[in-house]
This record gives sequence, structure tokens and C-alpha cells, in this order.
Amino acid sequence: MSTYSASKTVALAQSAEEGAALSGRPLSLAVSFPAGGTGVFASLAWVGFGISCLWWPDIGDWTRTHQLAAAAFVIAGAIFLATVAGSRLGRFNAGLQRRAPWLLVSALFLTLWEAATAKFGWLPLPFFPPPQSIIEVYTDDLPKLLDSIIASVKLQLGGYVIGATVGFLTGVSIGWSRSVGYWVHPVLRFIGPLPATAWLPIAFFTFPSSWSASTFLIALATGFPVTVLTWSGVASVSNSYYDVARTLGAKPSFLVLKVAIPAALPHVFVGLFMGLGSSFAVLVVAEMIGVKAGLGWYLQWAQGWAAYANMYAALIVMSLLCSGAITLLFRTRDRLLIWQKGVVKW
Amino acid sequence: MVAHALAEAVTYPAVGASLDVERISHAFDIDGSVLPVLDDVNFSVKPGEFIALLGPSGCGKSTLLRLVAGLEAPRSGVLREDGDPVTGPFPSRVVVFQDPTLFPWRTVWNNVALGLEAQGILKSQRQRVDAALDLVGLSQFRNAYPHQLSGGMAQRVALARALVNDPKILILDEPLGKLDSLTRITMQAEIVALWQRKGFTTLLVTHDVEEALFLANRVIVFSDRPARIKADIAVDRPYPRHRGDPRLAELRRNILGLLGLDATW
Ligand SMILES: Nc1ncnc2c1ncn2[C@@H]1O[C@H](COP(=O)(O)OP(=O)(O)OP(=O)(O)O)[C@@H](O)[C@H]1O
Ligand SMILES: [Mg+2]
Repeated sequence: MSTYSASKTVALAQSAEEGAALSGRPLSLAVSFPAGGTGVFASLAWVGFGISCLWWPDIGDWTRTHQLAAAAFVIAGAIFLATVAGSRLGRFNAGLQRRAPWLLVSALFLTLWEAATAKFGWLPLPFFPPPQSIIEVYTDDLPKLLDSIIASVKLQLGGYVIGATVGFLTGVSIGWSRSVGYWVHPVLRFIGPLPATAWLPIAFFTFPSSWSASTFLIALATGFPVTVLTWSGVASVSNSYYDVARTLGAKPSFLVLKVAIPAALPHVFVGLFMGLGSSFAVLVVAEMIGVKAGLGWYLQWAQGWAAYANMYAALIVMSLLCSGAITLLFRTRDRLLIWQKGVVKW
Repeated sequence: MVAHALAEAVTYPAVGASLDVERISHAFDIDGSVLPVLDDVNFSVKPGEFIALLGPSGCGKSTLLRLVAGLEAPRSGVLREDGDPVTGPFPSRVVVFQDPTLFPWRTVWNNVALGLEAQGILKSQRQRVDAALDLVGLSQFRNAYPHQLSGGMAQRVALARALVNDPKILILDEPLGKLDSLTRITMQAEIVALWQRKGFTTLLVTHDVEEALFLANRVIVFSDRPARIKADIAVDRPYPRHRGDPRLAELRRNILGLLGLDATW
């Protein structure tokens, strides 16, 4: 009997993976510097960005140029201090080291953006606003933006949770019961493939409020992929699992809850992921057309006023929210499906 | 009867049950045509006996085991456990399948606990899971997932998952078929030791004549599909047996002859 323990093997495999991720990091500039060389460069790049804000005069009328420069210097200082403090910061330092090339490149990008818009006008105004005007949106239009974020999150969350729950339950019932399948399958085939946005005009006058209509549409967009993938997951569970459980005394409820559903979970998460994507699309369209709130509506409103900086600001927030939602979903999956090997890291 | 048997399984160490296979015939429908698989198979097993089933590949051995387990009903004939007809699966008859079929989403411990959990008695019987894992020497791997195990270890977990239920009849479908010869020999000895200690009735399907002779009280040889009993041979040697035993070699020659392999001898 070998003496190594399974948990040790797992830990080893994990640290090996981390090591691989570290050594494979892009743009290893730390050749001539013993440690944190890239960090120093990143810090310098941020200083450069700050200087670029102050050196040339703005070609337009923006109020946040000095604050932006100050923020750039603060960031540069923070990166520098963290780099100097080095290994005393432990895991934080490791994270910084890994991200240093990215910090460097983003400073360069911001500098270029600043020069191309606010300083030399290489890109036409007002379609390409400079960074300081987006900062201006975040500081001056904060209440409205926050309201929009809250409205969007509420709508999305409500519709998604309803759609995912209904889809999951429907999928399990179709996969499990022949008679449910007989009745639900044709309906699913008929209605499911229709893009949820096609229902918009009907939904907005049949539902009591545009909010409930949008919730319904988001739930629909989420529910279809979740149903189909849950169903296919349950249907593809190998019969031998059921045989094993039955010979060990399992009742039908055990077979559903402890065999069919766990075996189908990887499929369910693919469905949840697809549903998230299509529900984002519905959310934005529904907000633009019907609901007079939320980030989609904010975008629409900004366009109406030719407030391009507001549009970019809202887009950035939106992308952070969507990406955050997907990260959350993947985290949940990694936690629940820890038994799977080789899952995609988001 | 069910409640009674369950209570018994919980409180006493299992003692083997008798098994009567009475004139069993079975067939499958494949594309509209009927494929006969078992033809009037008739034998009975005394409590605590160790029976090995031998036969050509595809003759219907696994099918017979599925019928004994109660996973399918035979087209004709009756199966009796301790005189009561078999009507469905029940944890007093536990199968170790040809593949280990561990649940990949459960740790080793939770896989072994499956039977007790399904019967709703896990809470009070957790130590039985630990004991079964000890028995197959995998206590260290209790928190590992199946994909972290070797093939032999997975097969041992499957064995523990069966044994934890204290079965009266243990049904083994080529449990050692995929193991290397070294692990095989060790596990054969382990199975004999377990069987002698616990006293359950055992049905073992194997392709390996030597394995059958090393383990079983009786070897039943089947014909080609549809399976019919060709011979029922008592192996009258005490345990522990020795592989070089001349009596076993003689029986081996007989059985290989029955399976149509005398040319090799
Ligand atoms: N569910 C099924 N449906 C149709 N035919 C089946 C089914 N299960 C088994 N059979 C057929 O029954 C025959 C016997 O199968 P079985 O699995 O019992 O063979 P076996 O003796 O266990 O073979 P092996 O030693 O190779 O495992 C095979 O010809 C197989 O094709
Ligand atoms: Mg077989």
C-alpha cells in the first residue's frame, strides 16, 4: 500500500498548476531586475500617463483633468510601494507580479487615449471622449447611474432566477417522466427557438406593467437553454448508475435527487451559462424599448442627448456587471463540480 | 417482509441466503427478432456457498446475474432467495458490476455510503462505511474522487460499496477482469478471506478457469448462447488452496475441454 495521501496529491497538483500559470505569464520584462522589475516599469508608465494629462493643454473644456493626473500618480505610487515591499505582502505581491505587465500596458493605452482625444484631437470629438470626461460622468452623474445599475440588476436577477428555476424543473421532469415529455416537448420545440425579443411587442401590451413583461422575457430567454440542457443531461445519464443505485435499495426519489440531478449538473451549468448570455441581450433591449430605467435605458437616453461620454461610462459598467455575473456563475460551478477534471477556467 | 429483511440487514451480520434458480429462460428483442439468451437454466445454491459461473463470451452470464439481482424479470421461471420469489432489486442481493461504475461526483467515502444512504440508515451507521473502507484498504483515500483512483482501487471501492450492506448474496460480475495479474491474485485471496469471514452466498462470473477453481465450491459451465448448463462441477478441495494443486489442474483440463479448448492441452 503506498503511503501518500490523496489530499496531498491534490494540493501538489494545484500548486503545480499555479506555478505553471506564473512561469507562463506574458511579457516577462523582469530580465535585468532581480524581482518586481515589471512592477517598476508599470509604476513609471502610470507616472507617464499622469504627466501626459498635465503637460499639454486640453483642447476642450474638461473639469477632471487634474484629478485624473493625481489619480494616476497615486496608482503609480501604490504600485511602486507594493513592488518595493515585495514578498512582505505575500499573496498580494504574487497577484501584483502576475498583473504587472497588464498594469503597464493599460497605462500606455490610457496615455495614448489621452493624447489622441484631449490633447491633439486625432480622434473626432465628441464621438471619442477622453478619459477625464468619463471620470466626470462617474462623479457628476453618479446618482442616476447608480439608480440605473440597481434597476438593471433587479430586473436581470428576478428574471434569471425565475427562468433558471422553471427551466431546471421542467428539464428534470421531461428527462425523467415520459408523460411530461409527451406534453411539454412539442410546446418546447414550438416556442423555445423563437428569440425572446420577438415577444417584445406582444408582451408589453399583454402584461400589466413593462417591468413584469421584461421579467417574463428574461425568464423565457434563460429558461429555454436551461430546460434543454438539463433535459439532455438527465436523459444522458448512464443506466448503469441507476442499476447500481437500485440494487443498493434506492427509491425513485433517490434516483432523481441523488443520481439523475448530480449526473446532469455539468450540462445544467452549460445551460445556465447560455441562458445568462441570451438574457443579457433581452435585458438591454427591453430596457431600451419598454422599461424606463436601467442601463439599457441610460444608454438610449445618453444617445438621445449625444452624451457620448455617458454612453462609454455605461458600457464599461455594463461589461463589468456581465463579466461579474459570469464569474460568479463559474465560481459556483467550480465549487459544485469539483469532482470534474479539466474544466475551463474563466 | 421487506421491513423484516431490512431490520435483519441492519442488526445482524449477514449470513448467506439460499438461492434457487428454477427453470429460468430469458430472451431479448433486437430489431423485431427474438434473441434467446438463457435456456431453461436450473440450479440451486446452498446458503454460504461460493459458485463460479463460466461460459463463452456473450452467452448470457451477466444477464443471469441481472435477473438474480432483480433488475429484470425473466421471461419464464422463478428465482427464489431463501424460498421467497425475487420480484425486484433489494439490498440483500448486491451486485459488483463488470465496470466499477463509481459515481464520479461522490468521494470514495460517499460512494461506499451509497447503499446505507439510499436505505435511509446512514446517520446511525456511519462506522460501517469506515469499516468497509478499512476492509479493502482504502481508508486513506476516503476523500478522493473516483478520477483520482487507479483501476484496481476503483474496483476495490466498488467491492466495499457492496460489502457495506452486509449482503446475503454477493453477486460478482468479472470484478477482477480488468486488473493486472498481480493485483488479481491479491484480490482473489482477499475475496476468499472475506467470504469465509462473513459467510455470504457468492455468485461469481469469470472468464478465468483458474480463478474459478481457486475460489469456488462449485463451478457451473454454460454452453454458447442461449446459455444452458453444460456441467456442474464440485471443487472438493479445502481452503486455502494452492495454485499448483494437481487436483485443480485436472479439473481445469476437464473444464477447458467442456469450453471446447482441449486442443491447447
Ligand atoms: N439489454 C439488452 N438488450 C438486448 N440484448 C442484450 C441486452 N443485454 C444483453 N443482450 C444480449 O444478450 C447476450 C448475452 O449478454 P451478456 O451480457 O449476458 O453476456 P455475458 O455472458 O455476460 O458476456 P461477457 O462474458 O462477454 O460479459 C448478448 O448477445 C447480448 O447482445
Ligand atoms: Mg458479462
